[in-house]
Amino acid sequence: MGYVTRRLVTFPLVLIGVSILVFVAIRLVPGDSITAMLGTEAGLLTPQQRVALTAYFGLDQNWLVQYWHWLLGLFRGDLGISVAYGKPVLDVIFDRFPLTLELAFLSMIIALAIGLPAGVFAATHNGRPSDLMVRIFAMVGQSTPSFVVGLLIIYMLSVGFGALPTMGEFSPFWKDPLRNLSQLIFPAITLGLAFAASVTRISRSAMLDVLSDDYVRTARSKGASARSVIWRHALPNALIPVVTLSGMEFGYLLGGAVLVEKIYALPGLGRVVLDAILQRDYALLQGSVLFIAFNFMVVNLLVDLAYSALDPRIRLGER
Amino acid sequence: MSPLLSVRDLRVGFGHDPEVNQVVRGVSFDVAAGETLAIVGESGSGKSVTALSINRLVDFGGGRIVSGSVKLKRADNSILDLTAATEPQLTKVRGAEIGMIFQEPMTSLNPVLSIGTQIEESFRLHRGLTGKQARAAAKDALDRVRIPDALRRLKYYPNQLSGGMLQRVMIATALACNSRLLIADEPTTALDVTVQAQIMALLAELKRETGMSMIFITHDIGLVAGIADRVMVMQNGQAVEQGELNQILDHPQHPYTQHLLHAVPHFASGQAARTDGKRDSEASVDPALRVDGLTVRFPVTSGVFRRPAGAVHAVEGVDFDLMPGETLAIVGESGSGKSTTARAILGLTKSTRGTFSAVRQEASARQSQRPVQMVFQNPYASLNPRLSIASILAEPVIAAGGRLDVQTRDRMSMLIERVGLPSNSLDRYPHEFSGGQRQRLCIARALMLNPSVVVLDEAVSALDVSVQAKVLDLLVDLQREFNLAYLFISHDMAVVERIAHRIAVMYAGQIVEIGRAAAVLANPQHSYTQRLIAAVPTVSRRKEHFELDTRQVPSLVRQPGFEPAPADWTHFGADHKARTEAPPYSQTAG
Repeated sequence: MGYVTRRLVTFPLVLIGVSILVFVAIRLVPGDSITAMLGTEAGLLTPQQRVALTAYFGLDQNWLVQYWHWLLGLFRGDLGISVAYGKPVLDVIFDRFPLTLELAFLSMIIALAIGLPAGVFAATHNGRPSDLMVRIFAMVGQSTPSFVVGLLIIYMLSVGFGALPTMGEFSPFWKDPLRNLSQLIFPAITLGLAFAASVTRISRSAMLDVLSDDYVRTARSKGASARSVIWRHALPNALIPVVTLSGMEFGYLLGGAVLVEKIYALPGLGRVVLDAILQRDYALLQGSVLFIAFNFMVVNLLVDLAYSALDPRIRLGER
Repeated sequence: MSPLLSVRDLRVGFGHDPEVNQVVRGVSFDVAAGETLAIVGESGSGKSVTALSINRLVDFGGGRIVSGSVKLKRADNSILDLTAATEPQLTKVRGAEIGMIFQEPMTSLNPVLSIGTQIEESFRLHRGLTGKQARAAAKDALDRVRIPDALRRLKYYPNQLSGGMLQRVMIATALACNSRLLIADEPTTALDVTVQAQIMALLAELKRETGMSMIFITHDIGLVAGIADRVMVMQNGQAVEQGELNQILDHPQHPYTQHLLHAVPHFASGQAARTDGKRDSEASVDPALRVDGLTVRFPVTSGVFRRPAGAVHAVEGVDFDLMPGETLAIVGESGSGKSTTARAILGLTKSTRGTFSAVRQEASARQSQRPVQMVFQNPYASLNPRLSIASILAEPVIAAGGRLDVQTRDRMSMLIERVGLPSNSLDRYPHEFSGGQRQRLCIARALMLNPSVVVLDEAVSALDVSVQAKVLDLLVDLQREFNLAYLFISHDMAVVERIAHRIAVMYAGQIVEIGRAAAVLANPQHSYTQRLIAAVPTVSRRKEHFELDTRQVPSLVRQPGFEPAPADWTHFGADHKARTEAPPYSQTAG
């Protein structure tokens, strides 16, 4: 319990660090949000208009003052107005987040459903041809870029079945589950396959380690069947690296998957960040990166809690 | 009446061609009901592989039974040849008819399952018990191995119990379903000597209670004397001799058995202690090392802000001095603070308080700036596999600011020859050497800087007995030649008797008794020293009954600011003193 409290105390500190980093980094990039927002029409602005617009968005003040105002707003739950979307930053993020969250979940479920059994299978057939097959698939899956997999899926769907993945307006799961799944299942497979390949490799190597441990031999000496040895004695001990990897990948996915969102025309968080960078939308970028960092930290904390659920040595505080 | 287990011409091989690469080469033996067979041998003799072949666990380690038979008389009096049995048949035999316990109880239990769950599993597998019935059976099993407060302990996880307790849990699991044969593979090797005595006592009692048979595998012939009915000696995968206990121990026929019995350090209660001590003859010499009030504490913190909540008093007010050419052995069990003392003297652990000064000798011109050097326990882990022997030996010289010059090279060649290794060793790599040779290399490395004190932390514990004896001889020779002072840290009383001039016994971070080796071993005064010496297994103590004793080392965690009472010593003769024991001390130890 003390451990979780300590972690929660460090949360705001890390977030402030992240916010300063983003705040400075985006301002070091050449270009300004007024030009980016208006495009070629920016050339039509009179100097007075430009000054007025800059003042309207608060961009004429020095960085320290800007940061201070932004921080104050943050404490009121106000992340500012997005220049690019013309909406409060928080609204933009919450519009997009459900899709990204769901996509990340589906990808992880697919990855674990394929990766864990494949890894365990490969480990228990170590050195045999079937193990080699699994390892080759995992290697290919891990090294193929997601946009290639995405394009291949679209190609196969359209040529093989004369169909396309459902596109158009995104419908949230709670409004139209079927349509929602039909929109997300192929993007989730696209992301999940590479994810599954990593899970396969790490669970295979973790299982191989564990299967040569003394307590596995003890379990066999007690007369436990091969199945019980693998699933009951070995796997729980091999899960820690799998959980670590899954947590990290899941955390990344919560930051959006730009390429896959683009291919399947999905309005996810990744596109928001990309737009914010291209448009020099300072408020939106700061807000969304902070949000992503926060999510990543929450996921990390959950991973740590999962460790202690998995392993009593961690649970009983002998850190 | 046919025996319970009958092994005939067993051959077991490993690798791609098990026929050629045989580790067990034609072993035959019988185990009658209620009988204990001890299989004795050094590492690589094939004794563990033989044991693992009986319940066919060897299959999972990459081994294959090439030929021979292992016939088990089952509970229904049918005979099953285990070499031909199918895996489903074997899972019914393992745990039900043949139980097994292993060397490392700490790693042999599943860390993520409670010990209750792990014991219940046996009842679930072989008796079909579940839920409350299984739990009750598991409690009975823990009671049987004399674990106090069994019901509560069922909920514990392995990391919450000590090694001795875990080995009891292992025994409880192995015997849960009244196995008629227990295979014990070095079951006490990883345990402290007093804990070893308790486990041996427990095994002897359980044997009497249940009438089970046992195959007891060990490298320690002293342990065999306490428990075996028959002995089989193995060497290079073959049984070189087998017979009744007394016949093997008193009239060994085979040269290897004779060699083994000779090489094993026999504990002789101080009669074999060294008598060439410098202390008696040259009283005026300055000590090579003087340690005064050495104290090492590790802070314990609690809460969000990590406030100091106390400290582990790992070493508490240790005083001693060490003369040139003298060996002081520090003996004690795990957690007694003996290794921490050594580490503090070398500066590897920061001492909280106390002084130690190593005095340089004037005798040698190239006397070292760093007069204390160390040899570690594990010769396999303490040599960098990527460095050649020459680089390994040169490293301390370079680290001390020296150069790889002609003098250094000469010293390297001299030491390599002196520790008994071939002269071409310098260009080779650690993996080309055996365990004993590696430990010789470690000794040569420690001597590179011409130290006056060498700290030997369990330096021979990882070696086979015959190798151990040779390395001990080497150490004694080197000591005489270079007038070295040794601080010899060990848990093994028989080895200590061979090499020590003086002995300091550590218990719970403090020296409880110190003095001349012969005096301490022959006439121990402190109750802990007495307990330690009583627990040493020897060939002469046959079938002796150890008393069950579940005393634990008291916790060393103290409140902040705690200071122990100053030591109150009672002297026994010129160089022998022990702490006076306050009555509450011996009571709280229970």
